[in-house]
Amino acid sequence: MAMTMTQKILASHAGLDSVTAGQLIEANLDLTLANDITGPVAIREMEKAGFDHVFDKNKIALVMDHFAPNKDIKSAEQCLTCRNFAGKHEVVNFFDVGQMGIEHALLPEQGLVGPGELIIGADSHTCTYGALGAFSTGVGSTDLAAGMATGKAWFRVPSAIKFNLTGSLPKYVSGKDVILHIIGKIGVDGALYRSMEFTGEGVASLSMDDRFTICNMAIEAGAKNGIFPVDDKTREYIKGRVNREVTEFAADADAVYDEEYTINLSELRPTVACPHLPENTKTVDELGKIEIQQSVIGSCTNGRIQDMRDAAAILKGRKVKKNVRTIVIPATQTIYLQCIEEGLAKIFVEAGAILSTPTCGPCLGGHMGILAHDEKAVSTTNRNFVGRMGHVSSEIYLANPAVAAASAVAGYIIDPAELED
Amino acid sequence: MKARGSVFKYGDNVDTDVIIPARYLNIADPVELATHCMEDIDTEFVKNVKKGDIMVATKNFGCGSSREHAPQVIRDNGISCVIASSFARIFYRSSINIGLPIMESEAAANAISAGDEVEVDFDTGLITDITTGETFQAAAFPPFLQNIISAGGLLKSLKEREDNK
Repeated sequence: MAMTMTQKILASHAGLDSVTAGQLIEANLDLTLANDITGPVAIREMEKAGFDHVFDKNKIALVMDHFAPNKDIKSAEQCLTCRNFAGKHEVVNFFDVGQMGIEHALLPEQGLVGPGELIIGADSHTCTYGALGAFSTGVGSTDLAAGMATGKAWFRVPSAIKFNLTGSLPKYVSGKDVILHIIGKIGVDGALYRSMEFTGEGVASLSMDDRFTICNMAIEAGAKNGIFPVDDKTREYIKGRVNREVTEFAADADAVYDEEYTINLSELRPTVACPHLPENTKTVDELGKIEIQQSVIGSCTNGRIQDMRDAAAILKGRKVKKNVRTIVIPATQTIYLQCIEEGLAKIFVEAGAILSTPTCGPCLGGHMGILAHDEKAVSTTNRNFVGRMGHVSSEIYLANPAVAAASAVAGYIIDPAELED
Repeated sequence: MKARGSVFKYGDNVDTDVIIPARYLNIADPVELATHCMEDIDTEFVKNVKKGDIMVATKNFGCGSSREHAPQVIRDNGISCVIASSFARIFYRSSINIGLPIMESEAAANAISAGDEVEVDFDTGLITDITTGETFQAAAFPPFLQNIISAGGLLKSLKEREDNK
Protein backbone atom coordinates (compact mmCIF):
# COMPACT_ATOMS: atom_id res chain seq x y z
CA MET A 1 0.00 0.00 0.00
CA ALA A 2 1.28 3.45 -0.93
CA MET A 3 2.51 5.60 1.95
CA THR A 4 3.08 9.27 2.66
CA MET A 5 6.58 10.43 3.62
CA THR A 6 5.56 10.56 7.28
CA GLN A 7 4.09 7.06 7.19
CA LYS A 8 7.32 5.67 5.70
CA ILE A 9 9.42 7.12 8.52
CA LEU A 10 7.00 5.77 11.13
CA ALA A 11 6.94 2.30 9.51
CA SER A 12 10.72 2.10 9.41
CA HIS A 13 10.99 3.04 13.07
CA ALA A 14 8.33 0.53 14.07
CA GLY A 15 10.08 -2.28 12.20
CA LEU A 16 7.15 -2.64 9.81
CA ASP A 17 7.08 -2.87 6.02
CA SER A 18 4.08 -0.61 5.85
CA VAL A 19 1.56 1.23 7.99
CA THR A 20 -1.83 2.74 7.26
CA ALA A 21 -3.57 5.80 8.65
CA GLY A 22 -5.24 5.13 12.00
CA GLN A 23 -2.96 2.23 12.92
CA LEU A 24 -1.51 2.34 16.45
CA ILE A 25 2.22 1.58 16.51
CA GLU A 26 5.15 1.65 18.87
CA ALA A 27 8.21 3.28 17.31
CA ASN A 28 11.88 3.61 18.21
CA LEU A 29 13.13 7.12 18.93
CA ASP A 30 16.31 8.72 17.57
CA LEU A 31 16.15 11.65 19.98
CA THR A 32 14.05 12.94 22.87
CA LEU A 33 13.96 16.61 23.86
CA ALA A 34 12.81 18.53 26.90
CA ASN A 35 13.32 22.06 28.18
CA ASP A 36 13.42 23.78 31.57
CA ILE A 37 9.58 23.93 31.73
CA THR A 38 8.66 20.43 30.61
CA GLY A 39 11.85 18.64 31.71
CA PRO A 40 11.26 18.84 35.46
CA VAL A 41 7.76 17.37 35.07
CA ALA A 42 9.12 14.52 32.94
CA ILE A 43 11.95 13.86 35.39
CA ARG A 44 9.53 13.81 38.33
CA GLU A 45 7.13 11.44 36.56
CA MET A 46 9.95 9.15 35.46
CA GLU A 47 11.36 8.89 38.97
CA LYS A 48 7.91 8.53 40.54
CA ALA A 49 7.19 5.56 38.26
CA GLY A 50 10.42 3.89 39.37
CA PHE A 51 12.51 4.21 36.19
CA ASP A 52 16.07 4.73 37.35
CA HIS A 53 17.87 4.72 34.00
CA VAL A 54 17.72 6.46 30.62
CA PHE A 55 17.59 4.43 27.42
CA ASP A 56 20.58 6.15 25.81
CA LYS A 57 22.49 9.07 27.29
CA ASN A 58 23.44 10.18 23.75
CA LYS A 59 19.84 10.44 22.57
CA ILE A 60 18.46 12.84 25.14
CA ALA A 61 18.58 16.59 24.70
CA LEU A 62 17.80 18.97 27.57
CA VAL A 63 17.79 22.65 26.66
CA MET A 64 17.49 25.41 29.28
CA ASP A 65 15.83 28.05 27.10
CA HIS A 66 12.38 29.07 28.34
CA PHE A 67 12.92 30.92 31.60
CA ALA A 68 16.70 31.00 31.22
CA PRO A 69 18.93 32.78 32.01
CA ASN A 70 16.93 32.14 35.19
CA LYS A 71 14.38 34.88 35.68
CA ASP A 72 13.68 34.09 39.33
CA ILE A 73 14.38 31.58 42.07
CA LYS A 74 11.64 29.18 40.98
CA SER A 75 13.02 29.09 37.44
CA ALA A 76 16.52 28.55 38.80
CA GLU A 77 15.22 25.54 40.74
CA GLN A 78 13.66 24.10 37.55
CA CYS A 79 16.97 24.37 35.72
CA LEU A 80 18.74 22.85 38.70
CA THR A 81 16.43 19.82 38.56
CA CYS A 82 17.37 19.33 34.89
CA ARG A 83 21.07 19.93 35.56
CA ASN A 84 21.14 17.36 38.35
CA PHE A 85 19.30 14.81 36.20
CA ALA A 86 21.72 15.41 33.32
CA GLY A 87 24.65 14.95 35.68
CA LYS A 88 23.27 11.79 37.24
CA HIS A 89 22.53 10.13 33.91
CA GLU A 90 25.55 11.59 32.07
CA VAL A 91 23.27 13.17 29.49
CA VAL A 92 25.58 14.29 26.70
CA ASN A 93 23.35 16.92 25.13
CA PHE A 94 22.55 19.10 28.12
CA PHE A 95 22.59 22.75 27.05
CA ASP A 96 22.93 25.31 29.81
CA VAL A 97 23.39 29.08 29.59
CA GLY A 98 26.43 29.70 27.42
CA GLN A 99 25.78 26.79 25.10
CA MET A 100 22.04 26.85 24.95
CA GLY A 101 19.89 28.41 22.30
CA ILE A 102 16.20 28.17 21.55
CA GLU A 103 15.78 24.41 21.25
CA HIS A 104 14.26 24.22 17.77
CA ALA A 105 16.98 26.38 16.26
CA LEU A 106 19.70 24.74 18.33
CA LEU A 107 19.09 21.05 17.61
CA PRO A 108 19.23 21.33 13.80
CA GLU A 109 22.21 23.70 14.03
CA GLN A 110 24.10 21.22 16.22
CA GLY A 111 23.32 18.31 13.90
CA LEU A 112 21.30 16.48 16.54
CA VAL A 113 18.41 15.92 14.12
CA GLY A 114 18.65 14.69 10.56
CA PRO A 115 16.64 13.40 7.59
CA GLY A 116 14.57 10.27 8.15
CA GLU A 117 14.91 10.40 11.92
CA LEU A 118 12.13 10.21 14.50
CA ILE A 119 12.18 12.76 17.28
CA ILE A 120 9.76 13.55 20.09
CA GLY A 121 10.03 16.63 22.25
CA ALA A 122 8.12 17.89 25.25
CA ASP A 123 7.51 21.12 23.41
CA SER A 124 4.79 21.61 20.84
CA HIS A 125 7.12 23.23 18.30
CA THR A 126 9.22 20.08 18.04
CA CYS A 127 7.52 19.68 14.65
CA THR A 128 10.15 22.14 13.31
CA TYR A 129 12.57 19.36 12.26
CA GLY A 130 10.23 18.22 9.51
CA ALA A 131 12.09 20.85 7.50
CA LEU A 132 14.99 18.35 7.36
CA GLY A 133 12.78 15.49 6.19
CA ALA A 134 12.47 14.04 9.70
CA PHE A 135 9.33 13.01 11.58
CA SER A 136 9.21 15.09 14.71
CA THR A 137 6.34 15.93 16.97
CA GLY A 138 5.50 17.49 20.30
CA VAL A 139 4.36 15.39 23.26
CA GLY A 140 3.60 15.92 26.93
CA SER A 141 6.06 15.35 29.74
CA THR A 142 4.78 11.84 30.54
CA ASP A 143 5.29 10.69 26.94
CA LEU A 144 8.73 12.24 27.11
CA ALA A 145 9.48 10.46 30.39
CA ALA A 146 8.47 7.17 28.77
CA GLY A 147 10.66 8.03 25.77
CA MET A 148 13.70 8.83 27.94
CA ALA A 149 13.24 5.60 29.89
CA THR A 150 12.43 3.17 27.06
CA GLY A 151 13.48 4.82 23.79
CA LYS A 152 10.01 4.23 22.39
CA ALA A 153 6.72 6.06 21.94
CA TRP A 154 3.25 5.12 20.77
CA PHE A 155 1.70 6.82 17.76
CA ARG A 156 -1.52 6.72 15.85
CA VAL A 157 -0.36 6.78 12.21
CA PRO A 158 -1.64 10.03 10.70
CA SER A 159 -3.23 10.67 7.35
CA ALA A 160 -1.96 13.74 5.54
CA ILE A 161 -2.77 16.94 3.74
CA LYS A 162 -0.62 17.76 0.73
CA PHE A 163 0.49 21.30 0.03
CA ASN A 164 1.76 21.66 -3.49
CA LEU A 165 3.99 24.74 -3.61
CA THR A 166 4.60 26.57 -6.88
CA GLY A 167 6.42 29.79 -7.80
CA SER A 168 8.82 31.63 -5.51
CA LEU A 169 8.47 34.19 -2.73
CA PRO A 170 8.45 37.92 -3.57
CA LYS A 171 10.51 40.52 -1.69
CA TYR A 172 9.59 40.96 2.01
CA VAL A 173 7.65 37.69 1.99
CA SER A 174 9.09 34.68 3.82
CA GLY A 175 8.29 31.25 5.21
CA LYS A 176 6.29 32.93 7.97
CA ASP A 177 3.84 34.31 5.43
CA VAL A 178 3.50 30.89 3.78
CA ILE A 179 2.47 29.21 7.01
CA LEU A 180 0.28 32.10 8.23
CA HIS A 181 -1.48 32.07 4.86
CA ILE A 182 -2.07 28.32 5.15
CA ILE A 183 -3.33 28.53 8.76
CA GLY A 184 -5.64 31.36 7.72
CA LYS A 185 -6.99 29.11 4.99
CA ILE A 186 -7.47 25.85 6.93
CA GLY A 187 -7.89 27.12 10.51
CA VAL A 188 -6.20 26.31 13.82
CA ASP A 189 -7.61 22.78 13.76
CA GLY A 190 -7.51 22.39 9.98
CA ALA A 191 -4.82 19.72 10.15
CA LEU A 192 -5.81 18.19 13.51
CA TYR A 193 -4.17 14.76 14.11
CA ARG A 194 -2.73 14.86 10.55
CA SER A 195 0.53 15.49 8.71
CA MET A 196 1.15 18.52 6.55
CA GLU A 197 3.34 17.41 3.67
CA PHE A 198 4.89 20.17 1.58
CA THR A 199 5.91 19.33 -1.95
CA GLY A 200 6.12 20.72 -5.48
CA GLU A 201 8.53 22.73 -7.59
CA GLY A 202 8.23 25.72 -5.26
CA VAL A 203 10.06 23.85 -2.49
CA ALA A 204 13.46 24.28 -4.14
CA SER A 205 13.18 28.09 -3.91
CA LEU A 206 12.64 28.02 -0.14
CA SER A 207 15.67 28.41 2.12
CA MET A 208 16.17 26.01 5.01
CA ASP A 209 15.29 28.82 7.41
CA ASP A 210 11.98 29.33 5.56
CA ARG A 211 11.28 25.60 5.80
CA PHE A 212 12.05 25.54 9.53
CA THR A 213 9.59 28.40 10.06
CA ILE A 214 6.87 26.67 8.03
CA CYS A 215 7.21 23.32 9.83
CA ASN A 216 7.53 25.09 13.19
CA MET A 217 3.99 26.42 12.95
CA ALA A 218 2.36 23.22 11.64
CA ILE A 219 1.16 22.74 15.23
CA GLU A 220 -0.77 26.03 14.96
CA ALA A 221 -2.97 24.26 12.42
CA GLY A 222 -3.32 21.36 14.86
CA ALA A 223 -1.01 19.12 12.82
CA LYS A 224 0.92 16.18 14.20
CA ASN A 225 3.87 17.13 12.02
CA GLY A 226 4.92 19.14 9.01
CA ILE A 227 7.45 17.72 6.58
CA PHE A 228 9.50 18.72 3.54
CA PRO A 229 11.17 16.44 1.01
CA VAL A 230 14.95 16.11 1.24
CA ASP A 231 16.76 18.01 -1.54
CA ASP A 232 20.15 19.57 -2.25
CA LYS A 233 19.48 22.41 0.20
CA THR A 234 18.82 19.90 2.97
CA ARG A 235 21.97 17.95 2.10
CA GLU A 236 24.01 21.15 2.04
CA TYR A 237 22.59 22.17 5.44
CA ILE A 238 23.41 18.92 7.20
CA LYS A 239 26.92 18.72 5.75
CA GLY A 240 29.38 19.05 8.63
CA ARG A 241 26.54 18.96 11.14
CA VAL A 242 25.08 15.47 10.92
CA ASN A 243 27.99 13.04 11.03
CA ARG A 244 26.02 9.81 10.88
CA GLU A 245 24.29 7.93 8.14
CA VAL A 246 20.84 9.27 7.33
CA THR A 247 18.01 7.82 5.29
CA GLU A 248 16.11 9.93 2.80
CA PHE A 249 12.44 9.02 2.59
CA ALA A 250 10.06 10.20 -0.10
CA ALA A 251 6.29 9.87 -0.36
CA ASP A 252 5.04 7.28 -2.83
CA ALA A 253 3.79 8.86 -6.05
CA ASP A 254 0.40 7.24 -5.48
CA ALA A 255 0.18 8.03 -1.75
CA VAL A 256 -3.32 8.98 -0.67
CA TYR A 257 -3.98 12.40 0.85
CA ASP A 258 -7.10 13.59 2.67
CA GLU A 259 -6.91 16.96 0.95
CA GLU A 260 -4.62 18.78 -1.47
CA TYR A 261 -3.93 22.48 -1.76
CA THR A 262 -1.84 24.38 -4.29
CA ILE A 263 -0.11 27.48 -2.94
CA ASN A 264 1.47 29.83 -5.45
CA LEU A 265 4.32 31.39 -3.47
CA SER A 266 4.62 34.24 -5.98
CA GLU A 267 1.16 35.49 -5.08
CA LEU A 268 1.70 35.67 -1.30
CA ARG A 269 1.86 39.02 0.48
CA PRO A 270 3.24 39.89 3.92
CA THR A 271 0.63 38.35 6.23
CA VAL A 272 -0.35 39.17 9.79
CA ALA A 273 -2.32 37.04 12.27
CA CYS A 274 -4.55 39.24 14.43
CA PRO A 275 -5.54 38.51 18.04
CA HIS A 276 -6.28 35.99 19.45
CA LEU A 277 -5.75 33.08 17.06
CA PRO A 278 -3.10 32.36 14.41
CA GLU A 279 -5.93 31.74 11.91
CA ASN A 280 -7.10 35.37 12.07
CA THR A 281 -4.95 36.36 9.13
CA LYS A 282 -5.00 39.42 6.92
CA THR A 283 -2.49 40.67 4.41
CA VAL A 284 -0.67 43.66 5.86
CA ASP A 285 -2.44 46.08 3.52
CA GLU A 286 -5.87 44.92 4.75
CA LEU A 287 -4.98 45.66 8.34
CA GLY A 288 -5.72 49.34 8.89
CA LYS A 289 -3.52 51.37 11.23
CA ILE A 290 -2.61 49.26 14.28
CA GLU A 291 -0.30 51.20 16.59
CA ILE A 292 2.17 49.10 18.58
CA GLN A 293 4.19 49.56 21.75
CA GLN A 294 6.51 46.59 21.25
CA SER A 295 8.14 44.66 18.44
CA VAL A 296 9.67 41.24 19.10
CA ILE A 297 11.99 39.68 16.54
CA GLY A 298 13.09 36.18 17.55
CA SER A 299 11.75 32.83 18.83
CA CYS A 300 11.91 29.25 17.57
CA THR A 301 9.81 30.46 14.64
CA ASN A 302 11.90 33.41 13.47
CA GLY A 303 15.16 33.73 15.40
CA ARG A 304 17.47 32.29 12.72
CA ILE A 305 20.15 34.13 10.78
CA GLN A 306 17.94 34.82 7.76
CA ASP A 307 15.42 36.42 10.12
CA MET A 308 18.13 38.57 11.69
CA ARG A 309 19.35 39.63 8.24
CA ASP A 310 15.81 40.44 7.07
CA ALA A 311 15.22 42.62 10.14
CA ALA A 312 18.62 44.31 9.89
CA ALA A 313 18.09 45.13 6.21
CA ILE A 314 15.05 47.16 7.25
CA LEU A 315 16.59 48.76 10.35
CA LYS A 316 19.90 49.75 8.69
CA GLY A 317 20.23 53.53 8.81
CA ARG A 318 16.80 53.90 10.42
CA LYS A 319 15.59 54.41 13.99
CA VAL A 320 12.77 52.62 15.70
CA LYS A 321 9.90 54.89 16.67
CA LYS A 322 10.21 56.39 20.14
CA ASN A 323 8.23 54.30 22.62
CA VAL A 324 8.26 51.15 20.50
CA ARG A 325 10.31 48.72 22.56
CA THR A 326 12.14 46.66 19.96
CA ILE A 327 13.56 43.37 21.19
CA VAL A 328 15.76 41.29 18.92
CA ILE A 329 16.63 37.79 20.09
CA PRO A 330 18.97 35.65 18.01
CA ALA A 331 17.97 32.06 18.71
CA THR A 332 21.40 30.54 19.40
CA GLN A 333 24.90 31.57 20.44
CA THR A 334 26.11 30.86 16.89
CA ILE A 335 23.47 33.17 15.41
CA TYR A 336 24.28 35.77 18.08
CA LEU A 337 27.92 35.67 17.03
CA GLN A 338 26.95 35.87 13.36
CA CYS A 339 24.95 38.99 14.19
CA ILE A 340 28.08 40.54 15.65
CA GLU A 341 30.41 39.42 12.87
CA GLU A 342 28.09 40.51 10.08
CA GLY A 343 27.53 43.92 11.65
CA LEU A 344 23.87 43.25 12.35
CA ALA A 345 24.32 43.79 16.08
CA LYS A 346 25.55 47.34 15.42
CA ILE A 347 22.58 48.01 13.13
CA PHE A 348 20.11 46.84 15.79
CA VAL A 349 21.65 48.83 18.60
CA GLU A 350 22.06 51.98 16.51
CA ALA A 351 18.42 51.69 15.46
CA GLY A 352 17.38 51.73 19.13
CA ALA A 353 16.59 48.01 19.44
CA ILE A 354 18.03 45.71 22.07
CA LEU A 355 19.90 42.53 21.23
CA SER A 356 19.23 39.79 23.79
CA THR A 357 20.96 36.58 24.65
CA PRO A 358 19.02 33.52 23.36
CA THR A 359 15.79 32.80 25.25
CA CYS A 360 12.15 31.95 24.55
CA GLY A 361 11.39 34.79 27.00
CA PRO A 362 8.61 37.06 25.72
CA CYS A 363 7.03 34.56 23.29
CA LEU A 364 5.27 32.78 26.13
CA GLY A 365 5.03 35.74 28.47
CA GLY A 366 7.94 34.48 30.55
CA HIS A 367 10.28 37.44 30.76
CA MET A 368 12.28 39.88 28.59
CA GLY A 369 9.36 41.86 27.21
CA ILE A 370 6.01 41.40 28.95
CA LEU A 371 3.04 43.52 27.86
CA ALA A 372 0.94 45.75 30.17
CA HIS A 373 -2.84 46.08 29.89
CA ASP A 374 -4.18 47.10 26.48
CA GLU A 375 -0.71 47.16 24.93
CA LYS A 376 -0.17 45.85 21.42
CA ALA A 377 2.86 44.08 20.02
CA VAL A 378 3.90 42.95 16.59
CA SER A 379 5.86 39.75 17.02
CA THR A 380 7.61 37.15 14.89
CA THR A 381 6.61 34.48 17.41
CA ASN A 382 4.01 31.77 16.85
CA ARG A 383 1.02 32.34 19.15
CA ASN A 384 -1.25 35.29 19.80
CA PHE A 385 -3.54 33.67 22.38
CA VAL A 386 -5.17 35.66 25.18
CA GLY A 387 -2.51 36.66 27.72
CA ARG A 388 0.28 34.87 25.86
CA MET A 389 2.78 37.76 26.12
CA GLY A 390 1.49 39.37 29.28
CA HIS A 391 -1.70 41.04 30.48
CA VAL A 392 -4.97 39.39 29.38
CA SER A 393 -6.05 42.58 27.60
CA SER A 394 -2.79 42.90 25.64
CA GLU A 395 -2.73 41.97 21.96
CA ILE A 396 -0.22 40.20 19.72
CA TYR A 397 -0.02 40.49 15.95
CA LEU A 398 2.08 37.74 14.40
CA ALA A 399 4.21 38.70 11.42
CA ASN A 400 7.49 38.05 9.60
CA PRO A 401 10.77 39.72 10.68
CA ALA A 402 10.75 42.36 7.91
CA VAL A 403 7.23 43.44 8.88
CA ALA A 404 8.11 43.47 12.59
CA ALA A 405 11.19 45.61 11.92
CA ALA A 406 9.38 48.00 9.58
CA SER A 407 6.52 48.32 12.08
CA ALA A 408 9.00 49.20 14.82
CA VAL A 409 10.21 52.08 12.65
CA ALA A 410 6.73 53.28 11.70
CA GLY A 411 5.12 52.80 15.13
CA TYR A 412 2.26 50.88 13.55
CA ILE A 413 2.05 47.68 11.55
CA ILE A 414 3.24 48.38 8.04
CA ASP A 415 4.30 46.73 4.80
CA PRO A 416 8.11 47.06 4.60
CA ALA A 417 7.74 48.23 1.00
CA GLU A 418 6.07 51.40 2.28
CA LEU A 419 9.30 52.46 4.01
CA GLU A 420 10.95 52.61 0.59
CA ASP A 421 8.66 55.39 -0.63
CA MET B 1 -17.09 3.37 36.37
CA LYS B 2 -19.16 6.53 36.34
CA ALA B 3 -18.61 10.21 37.01
CA ARG B 4 -21.22 12.79 37.86
CA GLY B 5 -21.05 16.51 38.41
CA SER B 6 -22.10 19.93 37.28
CA VAL B 7 -20.75 21.46 34.11
CA PHE B 8 -18.30 24.25 33.39
CA LYS B 9 -18.81 25.13 29.72
CA TYR B 10 -16.30 26.74 27.33
CA GLY B 11 -16.12 27.40 23.60
CA ASP B 12 -13.81 26.58 20.67
CA ASN B 13 -10.00 26.48 20.77
CA VAL B 14 -9.48 26.70 24.54
CA ASP B 15 -5.68 26.83 24.50
CA THR B 16 -3.22 25.60 27.08
CA ASP B 17 -2.07 29.18 27.70
CA VAL B 18 -5.45 30.01 29.20
CA ILE B 19 -5.79 26.65 30.95
CA ILE B 20 -2.53 27.42 32.74
CA PRO B 21 -0.69 30.62 31.77
CA ALA B 22 3.03 30.20 31.10
CA ARG B 23 3.89 32.84 33.70
CA TYR B 24 3.10 30.20 36.35
CA LEU B 25 5.13 27.38 34.79
CA ASN B 26 8.05 28.10 37.08
CA ILE B 27 5.90 26.70 39.90
CA ALA B 28 6.83 23.11 40.73
CA ASP B 29 4.21 22.56 43.46
CA PRO B 30 1.10 21.01 41.82
CA VAL B 31 -1.24 22.38 44.52
CA GLU B 32 -0.11 25.97 44.02
CA LEU B 33 -0.13 25.56 40.24
CA ALA B 34 -3.73 24.31 40.23
CA THR B 35 -4.97 27.55 41.83
CA HIS B 36 -4.31 29.36 38.51
CA CYS B 37 -6.32 26.99 36.28
CA MET B 38 -8.45 28.85 33.66
CA GLU B 39 -7.89 32.21 35.36
CA ASP B 40 -7.30 34.21 32.16
CA ILE B 41 -10.76 33.37 30.78
CA ASP B 42 -12.69 32.38 33.93
CA THR B 43 -11.63 33.81 37.27
CA GLU B 44 -14.54 32.01 38.96
CA PHE B 45 -13.57 28.47 37.94
CA VAL B 46 -11.15 27.67 40.74
CA LYS B 47 -13.46 29.28 43.33
CA ASN B 48 -16.53 27.31 42.26
CA VAL B 49 -15.28 23.93 41.03
CA LYS B 50 -16.16 20.90 43.17
CA LYS B 51 -14.69 17.43 43.08
CA GLY B 52 -16.40 15.40 40.36
CA ASP B 53 -17.45 18.37 38.21
CA ILE B 54 -17.29 18.08 34.45
CA MET B 55 -15.74 20.40 31.87
CA VAL B 56 -17.38 20.69 28.46
CA ALA B 57 -16.03 22.59 25.46
CA THR B 58 -16.42 22.58 21.71
CA LYS B 59 -13.69 22.04 19.12
CA ASN B 60 -9.90 21.81 19.47
CA PHE B 61 -9.76 21.83 23.28
CA GLY B 62 -6.23 22.11 24.67
CA CYS B 63 -4.59 23.53 21.55
CA GLY B 64 -1.22 25.24 21.68
CA SER B 65 1.64 24.40 23.98
CA SER B 66 2.54 20.83 24.95
CA ARG B 67 2.60 21.72 28.64
CA GLU B 68 1.30 18.74 30.57
CA HIS B 69 0.61 21.18 33.37
CA ALA B 70 -2.69 21.85 31.50
CA PRO B 71 -4.41 18.46 31.88
CA GLN B 72 -2.69 18.19 35.26
CA VAL B 73 -4.29 21.33 36.75
CA ILE B 74 -7.71 20.36 35.38
CA ARG B 75 -7.36 16.93 36.99
CA ASP B 76 -5.99 18.39 40.23
CA ASN B 77 -9.01 20.71 40.51
CA GLY B 78 -11.19 17.63 40.78
CA ILE B 79 -12.64 17.60 37.25
CA SER B 80 -13.81 14.04 36.62
CA CYS B 81 -14.10 14.23 32.84
CA VAL B 82 -13.54 16.66 29.97
CA ILE B 83 -16.01 16.35 27.11
CA ALA B 84 -15.23 18.15 23.84
CA SER B 85 -16.14 18.07 20.16
CA SER B 86 -12.43 17.49 19.49
CA PHE B 87 -9.15 17.70 21.38
CA ALA B 88 -5.79 19.02 20.24
CA ARG B 89 -3.57 15.98 19.82
CA ILE B 90 -0.91 16.61 22.49
CA PHE B 91 -3.58 17.39 25.09
CA TYR B 92 -5.44 14.22 24.03
CA ARG B 93 -2.45 11.93 24.55
CA SER B 94 -1.29 13.66 27.71
CA SER B 95 -4.74 13.31 29.28
CA ILE B 96 -4.71 9.57 28.63
CA ASN B 97 -1.12 9.33 29.84
CA ILE B 98 -1.77 11.07 33.17
CA GLY B 99 -5.24 9.69 33.87
CA LEU B 100 -7.53 12.63 33.13
CA PRO B 101 -10.66 11.08 31.60
CA ILE B 102 -11.69 12.67 28.29
CA MET B 103 -14.49 11.99 25.84
CA GLU B 104 -15.04 13.16 22.27
CA SER B 105 -18.67 13.88 21.38
CA GLU B 106 -19.67 16.80 19.20
CA ALA B 107 -23.36 16.32 19.94
CA ALA B 108 -22.81 16.35 23.70
CA ALA B 109 -20.42 19.29 23.50
CA ASN B 110 -22.95 21.35 21.56
CA ALA B 111 -26.02 20.41 23.60
CA ILE B 112 -24.79 20.51 27.20
CA SER B 113 -25.04 23.89 28.96
CA ALA B 114 -23.10 25.42 31.82
CA GLY B 115 -24.47 24.31 35.18
CA ASP B 116 -26.17 21.16 33.83
CA GLU B 117 -25.84 18.01 35.91
CA VAL B 118 -24.11 15.41 33.74
CA GLU B 119 -23.28 11.75 34.22
CA VAL B 120 -20.59 9.92 32.24
CA ASP B 121 -20.34 6.13 32.02
CA PHE B 122 -16.72 5.34 31.14
CA ASP B 123 -17.44 1.69 30.36
CA THR B 124 -20.11 2.35 27.75
CA GLY B 125 -19.17 5.88 26.63
CA LEU B 126 -22.69 7.05 27.43
CA ILE B 127 -23.05 10.70 28.43
CA THR B 128 -26.33 11.70 30.13
CA ASP B 129 -27.41 15.28 30.67
CA ILE B 130 -29.54 14.71 33.78
CA THR B 131 -30.83 18.28 33.66
CA THR B 132 -32.31 17.93 30.15
CA GLY B 133 -32.66 14.15 29.99
CA GLU B 134 -30.67 13.96 26.74
CA THR B 135 -28.14 11.16 26.16
CA PHE B 136 -25.11 11.03 23.88
CA GLN B 137 -22.80 8.23 22.80
CA ALA B 138 -19.08 9.10 22.81
CA ALA B 139 -16.58 7.21 20.68
CA ALA B 140 -14.92 4.28 22.46
CA PHE B 141 -11.14 4.21 22.97
CA PRO B 142 -9.22 1.54 21.03
CA PRO B 143 -8.00 -1.35 23.26
CA PHE B 144 -4.41 -0.07 23.15
CA LEU B 145 -5.42 3.21 24.81
CA GLN B 146 -7.92 1.46 27.07
CA ASN B 147 -4.98 -0.53 28.48
CA ILE B 148 -3.07 2.63 29.34
CA ILE B 149 -6.16 4.11 30.98
CA SER B 150 -6.92 1.01 33.04
CA ALA B 151 -3.28 0.66 34.15
CA GLY B 152 -3.56 4.16 35.63
CA GLY B 153 -1.45 5.96 33.04
CA LEU B 154 1.33 5.40 30.54
CA LEU B 155 4.28 5.08 32.90
CA LYS B 156 2.49 2.63 35.15
CA SER B 157 1.57 0.47 32.16
CA LEU B 158 5.17 0.54 30.87
CA LYS B 159 6.61 -0.22 34.31
CA GLU B 160 4.26 -3.19 34.64
CA ARG B 161 5.47 -4.43 31.29
CA GLU B 162 9.14 -3.94 32.23
CA ASP B 163 8.71 -5.67 35.59
CA ASN B 164 6.96 -8.61 33.92
CA LYS B 165 9.83 -9.21 31.50
